[in-house]
Amino acid sequence: MVRHLPVLAPPAAGGFRLSRRGNRALWLAMLLVPPALFFTVFVAYPIASALVYSFYGWVGVRRTTFVGLANFQRLLGQQPFQGWTINAFWHNVIVFVILLIIQDGLALLLAILLARNPRGTRFYQAVFFLPVTLSLVIVGFQWKLFLNPIFGIVNKLLRVAGLGALAQPWLGQAETALLALILVNAWRWLGFPTMVFLAGIRAIPEEYFEAARLDGANEWQVVRHVTWPLLAPAVTIIVILTFIGSFNWFELPYVMAGVDGPPNRSTDVLGLYFYRTAFGEISAGLQEFGLGSALAVLMFSVILTVSIVWTRILRRREVELA
Amino acid sequence: MRPVAVPIGRWTWATLVQLLLLANTVLVLYPLVIMGLSAFKSTREIFRNPFGLPARFQLDNFLRVWEGTNFPLYLRNSLVVTTGSVLVILTLGTMAAYALARYEFRGNELLYLFFLSGLMLPLRLAVIPLFIELKALQLINSHLGLVCIYGAGGLPSAVFILTGFFRSLPRDLDNAARIDGASEAQILFRVILPLVRPALVIVGIYNLVPVWNDFFFPLVFIQDDRLKTLPQGMTVFMGQYSTEWAVLFVGLTLAALPVIALYVVLSRQFIAGLTAGALK
Repeated sequence: MVRHLPVLAPPAAGGFRLSRRGNRALWLAMLLVPPALFFTVFVAYPIASALVYSFYGWVGVRRTTFVGLANFQRLLGQQPFQGWTINAFWHNVIVFVILLIIQDGLALLLAILLARNPRGTRFYQAVFFLPVTLSLVIVGFQWKLFLNPIFGIVNKLLRVAGLGALAQPWLGQAETALLALILVNAWRWLGFPTMVFLAGIRAIPEEYFEAARLDGANEWQVVRHVTWPLLAPAVTIIVILTFIGSFNWFELPYVMAGVDGPPNRSTDVLGLYFYRTAFGEISAGLQEFGLGSALAVLMFSVILTVSIVWTRILRRREVELA
Repeated sequence: MRPVAVPIGRWTWATLVQLLLLANTVLVLYPLVIMGLSAFKSTREIFRNPFGLPARFQLDNFLRVWEGTNFPLYLRNSLVVTTGSVLVILTLGTMAAYALARYEFRGNELLYLFFLSGLMLPLRLAVIPLFIELKALQLINSHLGLVCIYGAGGLPSAVFILTGFFRSLPRDLDNAARIDGASEAQILFRVILPLVRPALVIVGIYNLVPVWNDFFFPLVFIQDDRLKTLPQGMTVFMGQYSTEWAVLFVGLTLAALPVIALYVVLSRQFIAGLTAGALK
């Protein structure tokens, strides 16, 4: 890969120039070979192998025979795998949609407020972003304690506020567990889209806002007809990142619910399902590298396809709105 | 006398904005304050009086965690792994980005895209091949194994961000140095590197926080309790002391403290660094 001819050789005399050229090739090789090799061994090769492995049968960590699409067929067409796959996939979709509405919607509102430069903007920015820096494991455990049905502060606060009827075992019942996890995720991540939106709004030339106001536009009209269309590139990025994040969901459900997606697989997502399939389930004792690899390939494909297609669509929207 | 001239409408707007921002501030800080305060209470007190100040700020819990558990060990392991990974990312990332940004050679564009391909693909989905590979290299249950994964996994973003910075520096800089007789290495170390220090800080933070917080790769690759990182150690901890909430809150507070402390000092760099991937 490193057969490069430097073009930038300075004008210099005969023999000196040749040796300088050789030196430069050596210098470039010194710079490029270690990172390229390192990246190949620990990123490129494993990712390529994941695809290859999914077409093989496996006994433990030993690869056996080529089985074609059999692993994929089991995941998508054979029970109980099919049911698990659909269940987990569906939950990822729910996570994405609710995060897009609650987390990113609220972030947009906060960014619009902060863009008006109210008193204390710098302080608010620093505070809102703080949870983004915290480990999801810490955040998850912290909220698991807070959501404890008997001793947790969430139910205690509800009772204090006279809303005791709403107090419930949030993580213990199938109807509320996933929603509780999604809200904790929003608490942890809210500052991220807020800062991206804020940077986006601040990049809009001030004259556009002034012109709109001079034309007599009210606050809502300014947001609707100036901020929103010109914020389109930031919206694109946040939608895509929220999507990728939702389909990579693992830490929060693992820490707060458990590796089996309890109760009754109501918090199971593809990340947990993949981990269980690859490295073993406590209850079922299932461990299959073939199935796990196939699942990884499916997740790769979904994330990559949707990201690329959506980026195209959203970019077109940016052009139309601009 | 200005305030008199301000119309009522604007004043109520400003108040409304402040109220909403304050509400979110409480939403963010209150859970963290409760966590911190609970660390000073006894378990009994946490159950009885979860919201108030602790009766007295007792440090017994902190001593119990610091001296009676593997917590200091987890902390040290996280420091080792994170420092090592960030150093690898910065060193290799600078080398690749510098060569790609400042020299023309055949295959330059292709190599650049090769590194960038890693941006779109979550590395954790390649964990099965990595597991087999690391087992063969005898890097399971080893901090070096983690450093290799994080180091390589951080390269795409480092190359992307740093190449942009290196390209933005004027060509005349190195040409002038070359005419003065500086060697290629001298140009990099004496001329270019001092100029890209802010970019190195961005790349450092962009990788430092996720590596420090990562849970997935240690979960798969580290089984020996004495080698576990902080987030992974927390799960051990939470299992061991599940009923002793006082100890749990101390653990959580102590685990959150290093990052919060660093954030208080460097919040602007943190925000710039962590959103670097989303902003061009």
